[in-house]
Amino acid sequence: MSVQRDSLSVGLAVGAAGVAFGAVAVADHFTVAQACFLSFVLFSGASQFSLVAVMSSGGSALSAIVTGTFLGSRNGLYGVRMAQILKLKGAKRALAAQITIDESTGVAIAQQNLQDQKIAFWYTGFGVFFFWNLFTLLGALGAKAIGDTSAWGLDVASPAIFCAVLFPRLKERKLLFACVLSFIWALSITEFVPAGVPIISTVAIAAIVGWK
Amino acid sequence: MNSQWIAVIITSLLCYAIKYIGHAIPEIWLAHPRVQRITNLIPIVLLSGLVAMQAFTTKTKFVVDHRLAGITVAIAALTAKLPFPVVVIGAMATSAIVYRLKI
Repeated sequence: MSVQRDSLSVGLAVGAAGVAFGAVAVADHFTVAQACFLSFVLFSGASQFSLVAVMSSGGSALSAIVTGTFLGSRNGLYGVRMAQILKLKGAKRALAAQITIDESTGVAIAQQNLQDQKIAFWYTGFGVFFFWNLFTLLGALGAKAIGDTSAWGLDVASPAIFCAVLFPRLKERKLLFACVLSFIWALSITEFVPAGVPIISTVAIAAIVGWK
Repeated sequence: MNSQWIAVIITSLLCYAIKYIGHAIPEIWLAHPRVQRITNLIPIVLLSGLVAMQAFTTKTKFVVDHRLAGITVAIAALTAKLPFPVVVIGAMATSAIVYRLKI
């Protein structure tokens, strides 16, 4: 039973952050319907926040699509891993793909045996999905009601969340180096290139640092 | 249809396609160490660039304002290993206070 309980509590804790997404999306001039669509169909936090952030900082739809898709690409790598555990075909595979994200994969591979891994994947995946969508709607409706979002700190919610996502991954020196370099690079070119380019161009830094 | 809806729908479909392809492709294709190193780095560099833009620019101009206070608190909270909600709410509260005081 504890696998189910742990999975659902991860679902609730992570899903509650959907309130920040809903609020940030509306603060960045997206509609409530667009915020909810993203949480339901895209369903990948980093991609959702980045899409909204790129467009609200003046980036084109294309640069938002490219950035959001690149950030969603790690779910593909998770899919490769989960496919070996789940061994699904057809409609079940299509359903599993949608809930293949950081948390469902993370909780699944932390389990000791195959049966618990499968349970953890489905419970965590659907748990996050349910609460993330519910809280996105609440956050979007709430943000519409409060007006000046800077006065409520909503303009730092998204970068603070990304700092929290990045922080535990920076233990390796190479990753930290790439992270700092990308940060400085993006800021140093921002006044000279179209919006969106400072972010997407950091992929070149990943290729150079990761080459050897 | 406006450009926001276009971005929302296309990114959603592409991200689902990537998730599905992950479940469907042979693992051997991604086994090369160089491919793994680079794919591991890509989300990190993108998020780093994104934080830089969100926290320190306004309409592509470099700006230092109340958001710096929020990010500083977030990083301090992360260094102190405080839980995720404390990090985010601490950053938001700090930034909001500095903004309202017009420091």
